[in-house]
Order: sequence, then C-alpha cells, then structure tokens
Amino acid sequence: MFAVQASDLEKCYKRFANRFKYLTVKSALVNKTLFADLKEEDKFYALKGVSFSLEKGKTLGIIGENGSGKSTMLKILAGISKPTSGSMVTRGRISALIELGAGFHPEISGRENVFINGIILGLSKKQIQDKYAEIVRFAELADFIENPVKSYSSGMYMRLGFSIAINVDPDILLIDEVLAVGDASFVPKCLDKINEFKRKGKTIIFVSHDLNTVERICDEVIWMKNGLVEMSGYPKRVVDAYLEYIGRKDEDKALAAHREDAAAEKNTDKKWGSKEIEISGLQMFDGQGEEKYVFAAEEPMNISFDIKAAEMQDDFVFGIGIFNSEGVQCYGTNTLIENYQARSFKGKGRVSLKVPALNLVNGTYFLDVAVHKRDGFPFDYHHFCYTFHVVSLHQDVGICRIPHEWSFSRGISIARKKDL
Amino acid sequence: MLTKLKEIVRHRHLIQTLVSRELKARYRGTVLGFLWSFFNPLLLMAVYSIVFGFIMPARFPQFEEKAIYYSIFLFTGILPWTWFSSSLNESANVLLVHGALIKKIQFPIEVLPIMVVATNMIHFLLGIPILVLFFLIFFPAAISWWFLFLPLAVFVQAIFTMGLSFLVSALTVHFRDIKDILSNLLTLWFFSTPIIYPYDAPQIQNSTALKTLLSLNPMTHIIEAYHFAFFYGSLPHYKRLSVTVLVGALFFYWGYKIFDKLRDTFIEEV
Repeated sequence: MFAVQASDLEKCYKRFANRFKYLTVKSALVNKTLFADLKEEDKFYALKGVSFSLEKGKTLGIIGENGSGKSTMLKILAGISKPTSGSMVTRGRISALIELGAGFHPEISGRENVFINGIILGLSKKQIQDKYAEIVRFAELADFIENPVKSYSSGMYMRLGFSIAINVDPDILLIDEVLAVGDASFVPKCLDKINEFKRKGKTIIFVSHDLNTVERICDEVIWMKNGLVEMSGYPKRVVDAYLEYIGRKDEDKALAAHREDAAAEKNTDKKWGSKEIEISGLQMFDGQGEEKYVFAAEEPMNISFDIKAAEMQDDFVFGIGIFNSEGVQCYGTNTLIENYQARSFKGKGRVSLKVPALNLVNGTYFLDVAVHKRDGFPFDYHHFCYTFHVVSLHQDVGICRIPHEWSFSRGISIARKKDL
Repeated sequence: MLTKLKEIVRHRHLIQTLVSRELKARYRGTVLGFLWSFFNPLLLMAVYSIVFGFIMPARFPQFEEKAIYYSIFLFTGILPWTWFSSSLNESANVLLVHGALIKKIQFPIEVLPIMVVATNMIHFLLGIPILVLFFLIFFPAAISWWFLFLPLAVFVQAIFTMGLSFLVSALTVHFRDIKDILSNLLTLWFFSTPIIYPYDAPQIQNSTALKTLLSLNPMTHIIEAYHFAFFYGSLPHYKRLSVTVLVGALFFYWGYKIFDKLRDTFIEEV
C-alpha cells in the first residue's frame, strides 16, 4: 500500500510582484486585473510534471541542486501549497520538519510555546500534556523551559522545534535539510530518532544535500533536476549518478575558469621572474588524456605546460607545488630534488608531470609551477595561478589520502557496510 | 460558504490558543500589564475630553447638564472604535508578521485575521466593566435594560470588522501601500463616525449632505447602537441597525471570498 502518490505534479509560480510594479490598487480594482490571466512570461514552472509513489514504511530521499524543485515538492506534500495541476495523495498524518519552531513567540516561555506550537501542528491539549515531559527531555531544555524563547540560543530553539515536531507522532515525516543546523551531539540524536521512526514502520521523506546520510538512511532516492525527476531508484545508483553529474558540471565550470585565468595573463602579483624561460598553456588531464580540472580521489592526473626560451639556457629546474585551500602545501617537488641535471634548452618545448593516483582529500587545490635556476633565481614563477578540485564520497580528513587497508584480529567483530 | 464556516469552527481551539498567546505576549514585560487594556482608551478619552470639553467646547444640548456626560459619551464610542481600528491596523500586518506559519507549515491562514479581531474584541470586552463603573458613578440615570442590546451591537461590529479584516489582510499582501492608506483612512473614518459628537446634533441633522454621509457609514449605526444601549438608554434605531446587520454580513461574505480567492498566492507573496 502506498503512503504517498504523486501524479504529474506541476507547480507554476506567478510573478505577481513584477506585474503590479507599475499598477496602483485603484487601477487593479477598476480594470479588474487582480484576477486576470497572466502572460506566459510571468510564469515560472518549479515542477514540470513529477510522478512518483512511495510505499508505506519506506524512506525516500530527494536530492538535487538548489532550485531543482525539491522544496516546492515538499511544500506540496506538506499541504502548504497546492499544485497547479496533477494530484498528490497522502495517507496518514503528516508532520513536516521544514522550519523548526515556526510560530514560536519570542516573548513567552518555552513551556507555553510547546503547547501553542503543538496545537498549531494539530495536536490536542491533552496529547501535548502527555508528551510534554518527553518533548522537554529530548530537547535537553529542562532548565530553560520557563524562560522566554527570545533568550534561547539558535541551537536551543532548533532543538525545541525538532522535539515538538517529532513528537507529533506522524505517519509520514517530511524532513527538509533541518539537521544542517544542529550541533555535533544533537544531529546523531535526531538521526537515531529518525531510525526509530523507520523501525516503527513510518514513512519518511528526506530532502538533503548530505548525500552520505541520504545513502545511509533511504530505501529509495529521487534526483530532481529543473522541476523533473531525472532519476529514481536504488540510493547508491542515484547518488552516484548525481555525483557524476555534479562532477561534470563542476568540471565544465573549472575548465571555463581555467581558460579565463589563462586568457587573463596579467596576474602580475601571482607571476614573476626574468622570463628568460617562459611558462604558458598549462593544462591538466585525466588518465585518458581528457582535459579536466575536477578529479576523483584516486584518479590519475597529468599536468603539462609549454615553455619557451629565446636564448640558449643550460641552468634550469622545473618545479610544482600543490596547496590546499588553506594554503598548506600538500606536496612539492622539482627536477633538482629528483636529481635531473639540466643540459640545454632553446626554442619551444613541453613539460609533463604524471601522477598515477592523486590521493588527496575532498577540496579545492592550488597549483604552483615554476622554472628557475639551481640557486633559486626565478625565470618564471606561477604562484596559485591554477586551481583544481577533488571530489570524492570519502569523508576522510587531513591533507592527503594515504593508501591504506584495515585488518583485525580474530575476536573483533566488525564488518564493512556493503555498498548497497 | 457554510462548509468554510464549519472549518473555521473546527479551528476554534487553535484560535483560542493563539488569542491567549497574543494576550499574554502583548503586555509581557510591561509594568502595568493587562491594565493597559483599560488605560489606552481612558487616556484617549481624557485627551478628547480636554480638547472638546474645555479648550474648544462643543455645544451639544445632550451634555449641557454636566461636563462629565460628554466624557462618558466619548468613552462609550471610543471603546468599540478602538476595537475596530486596532483590528484593521493589525490585520494589515498579520499575514506578513506570521509569514513563517504560512510558508513553512500547513496552517489555516484565515485563523490569523480572526485572531486579530478576537484579541481586540477581548480588550474591548475588558473595557466594558470600566464603562459600566463610570455610568454607575457619574450617570446612574442612564442605566436601563436597553443595555441588553449590547451583544447585538457586538455581533454586528464583529462580523463587519471581520469582513474588512479579511479584505485588508489579503490585499495588503499584494499591495503593501494599504498599510499607509489605512491609518489615514481610519483617522478620516473616525471623524465621520458619531464618536466625538452625537449623531442627532443639529449641525448634522440640518445638513442633508452630512446626514447622508453619516448614514452610509456602517460604523455610525454600530457606534449608535452602543450609545443607545448605554448612554441614551432607549430603544435602539432597530431599522437602521437591521440594515447594518445585512451590510455586515455582506462584508463578511465578500471579505472572506476575496481572502479565499487570494489564499494560494499568500505563500509566494508574504
């Protein structure tokens, strides 16, 4: 039996604001334009025909970029807004964790707000009384519950809101990215509560940018793109496809940014040197020889750049340095360190450095390239001129990803979660 | 419409809770607290009593006998007027102020203007004992059984105010100018309603234009109902009042209808 069934949902936002910009109340009323039909260009489709259904007791994750229609869909699910066309059928009581503590009044105490918020969310006074102790306990606010809500920290505010909403005891729970604001100890508690809901056979719809959590707790995932369902199904498969898409998109952006930087050759504060040997046309490639500036953690990388010299040179060293976004050097080397002996160079040439596996953690990196004399006198030094990104699902931290393998003696019962 | 009304009745607990929240929150942190419900109209009455009783005394035959009668007359009118005008002023803001409720949770939006009118009605009702006390002390002769018409006057005013509240709250979402227009309009409206002067003052009765203008104003007949019930202590103007009941019902109906029609646009515009 399904708990949620959406068929061909469309949501069209009308741009009232533009329309009335040059109108007065009077002309709107006199000409009856208030309810008149809108021109096509005043419409914006946030959902363009979305269909899906969700079995009772399942957890559905919705992922997608900003503006892809996730929140609009959640609002329709919650009954806050109505679809322009299509239908949304839901079975059971819905509680939406879209905004925690909506309707809290700052001047009155936490206790009073629990009751008011509970009633706003559809509980009766009696039900709230029964759950009151649990709500306060879960929110960890026993000492502050009599204080006015305006004196609460944003974390306390959120905890109280979450605690009330979750105690509404819904059949269908909608969660919209609200866990993002919790502190390190409260988020696991929320996740525990969500898992408890799952065990009780409740239906959960979870909108998040935290793909790891989505993959971990969801039975099914929908990837939304431009108001349409781009892909749906098995979490791992959808999340991977989404990551790949994001990677591709970042790549295009990075490529464009790289070309732009290369075109604007004027970054004089980032480049210096006597220019007897000049560096130009730096490019990065993946293992297949495809130009690219976004890499997976263990992907091979190939850095390559042109050099040219008008005069004959016999003393030159090529070097590179990789820095993370905090400016910490992750790695650096040059041909001198690696015992290359420069003999001669004149005219044009190309230098390549091949890295079989990048082994860096998630993040943005800067690349330095340089050619200089053995004593350090710079011919051409490019400092922080080039950037690339490492995108990976691994959540490991630090500067680099050291290749590793775990092993355990007998008696330690530990198993790796299967890649679903 | 009937099903919609039922829907509103279904939300009565929510309305109750919100109204009591508003009442609690309103004067929290003030020294006098709830007493402000009485002091506000009292102070307004004092101002008008000083201006029109002493500085530029108006000569109305009703108040020749004792100067205090004029103050009591003023208070009888100002009390319900405050209910009316604060309700409308707050309605203009109520949807914008409670945007989070509208946007973020499933919430019966019509509850908000109802909450405003109900909250102000309670302030008004709290003022009634003070009014009665004034009559007992200064003008016991006026007290009569006609004060039993009070609930009728309150009812007519409630539905009329409610209708306008729906209208104002819904339209302000789209036309923010209404807030500014409204405060000016209410000042004008205040002086076009027999509050600081009696309806049967010769200046009005002798001018067809003024008389017509005042008769067309539903608030005239509503405030008059309070005057009849308390100050004059005589049979109310039942014909004009029954027309006003109809007008009030019509406003309620149209106000709600427009509110309902615009309901789906609030989420996007608030």
